[in-house]
Amino acid sequence: MIILGIESSCDETAAAVVKDGRILLSNVIASQISTHTKYGGVVPEIASRKHIEAIVQVVRQALEEAHTDIEEIDAIGVTYGPGLVGPLLVGVSYAKAYAYGCGKRLIGVHHIEGHVSANYIDNKELEPPFMCLIVSGGHTHLVNVTDYGEYEILGRTMDDAAGEAYDKVARAIGLGYPGGPKIDAEAKKGDPEAIAFPRAHIDGDEYDFSFSGLKSAVLNYLNSCEMRGETVIREDVAASFQAAVVDVLVGNSMKAVDKYGAKKFAIAGGVASNTALRDAMGQACDKRGMSFYRPSPILCTDNGAMIASAAYYRALRNGYAGLALNAVPGLKLGETI
Amino acid sequence: MNILAIDSSGLSASVAVLSDEVIKAEFSVCNKLTHSETLMPMIDAVISSSGVALNEMDAVAVAEGPGSFTGLRIGAATAKGLAEAVHKPVIGIPTVDGLAQNMACHDGLIVPLMDARRNETYTGIYTFEGDRLKVLREQCAVPLEDILEDVNRRNTATVFLGDGIKVYKEQIEEKCVVPHLYAPASLRLQRASSVAVLAAQYFMNRRMTDPAAFAPVYLRVSQAERQGAAAVTPEEKRAMAAGHVPVQAAGDPTEDSNEK
Repeated sequence: MIILGIESSCDETAAAVVKDGRILLSNVIASQISTHTKYGGVVPEIASRKHIEAIVQVVRQALEEAHTDIEEIDAIGVTYGPGLVGPLLVGVSYAKAYAYGCGKRLIGVHHIEGHVSANYIDNKELEPPFMCLIVSGGHTHLVNVTDYGEYEILGRTMDDAAGEAYDKVARAIGLGYPGGPKIDAEAKKGDPEAIAFPRAHIDGDEYDFSFSGLKSAVLNYLNSCEMRGETVIREDVAASFQAAVVDVLVGNSMKAVDKYGAKKFAIAGGVASNTALRDAMGQACDKRGMSFYRPSPILCTDNGAMIASAAYYRALRNGYAGLALNAVPGLKLGETI
Repeated sequence: MNILAIDSSGLSASVAVLSDEVIKAEFSVCNKLTHSETLMPMIDAVISSSGVALNEMDAVAVAEGPGSFTGLRIGAATAKGLAEAVHKPVIGIPTVDGLAQNMACHDGLIVPLMDARRNETYTGIYTFEGDRLKVLREQCAVPLEDILEDVNRRNTATVFLGDGIKVYKEQIEEKCVVPHLYAPASLRLQRASSVAVLAAQYFMNRRMTDPAAFAPVYLRVSQAERQGAAAVTPEEKRAMAAGHVPVQAAGDPTEDSNEK
């Protein structure tokens, strides 16, 4: 089964063609990062305008690069939530009209389920059950993937998403948007133990995350340096902040691994391309003799391939959508259409 | 010639199929429903009741704007998707022109008024020369006073229409000195059949677009562009420390919200 996947939930207009949920035939991503950089973050109205300008070209290119004619496509999958409502509506409206016009079936895909599914493309042997940490600009979830499309949510962020904290801190130390890759690069030059930023560990059998305290601690540190007239060593702030984030993500994940006796662990989402997180999580899994899975960096970022993969497993379960499919900006994981 | 026309620029959603000189089907809804949910089922309904298949259309026409930014994009994305699927062009019709076309053959001035918020109206001034719409003032976003002064200067009987009447009627009564009327309910809001009639003229003049190149006409830049890129100030840093994100100031109600 060949599926065209379309993704437009934030600031990437993306489309891809994937065979049987696992074989990547094409993966086209039109990023708007350069546009949003000058605003220090994604501006929803501008993102929506960029999506409507790019969507046709991106889908055409995905089909071309896959050397696949639309006649060979079995179904079209599209992200319908969660995300920014304006950007989501462009993808959903386009996918519905295009699928209707081409006589193809439509599948609404949960964005986070897409991120999890990116692992199926890059790790052919990975099958549920496994535990997965999803970390991105908008989401921080720790889940047990009990079957394809079936999730048991163990923990989520109680305030900022990990990627959001990255963006805010990067902005405050003058690195700009997007924060994740910029802090990651800066941190390599700094001392992760230079500043003792707090780690919000939640006690007991709880696996929720919190990053707003850490973000405030960084901003307070910057303010106090400024008031005392001290020079801020940006590399050290980046390294120490990143060390705190990674500590919390790995620590909490391994607490759940030990409790649930997980045998396989995967990471997903934009922050899963962070080198410090990949290294630390890999080491923690090695120490426990567990298999560790992660998508290649290009499939960590928002993309259509992960949507096509998730759509494939939805299709196997007959999860097709009708013409009234709407964007659901606050869609919860595990909710269906 | 067959045209599928869509208008989702305002509160109402309207779709129609024009086949030569006949409106084969038209479907308009104005019931606070979300266009994203209703538009495709409506299109499916007009296509099946018209008996004209999508691949028999010569073009897909859409009200290109101005209007609700989100509504325009739902219409644009839908038109692009349908046209791309059947390898046909998109015809973008200025929303205010489409509204004026509702008053076809009216003798005098035609002034559509759409509520554009921020103390402005999307409007224009039109008349008919025979059965052809003539644009006297191109569609624009201006304060109501501006367009009423223009109407008064032209000193010609005028018909107003559009969802702006509800908002502006008192002010019109106060400031408009020329004889004037308001369009009846049947002609007051956007109708896809009017978009289709104009699109047929565009088609004859070969004014059409590849689906990839089509984009809405907003008549306004986004709020972020109006305000320009702001550097992070120490005040902002403190505000961020307190948990406030200053990426966007107070939201413009016509724009997408910053909600995740």
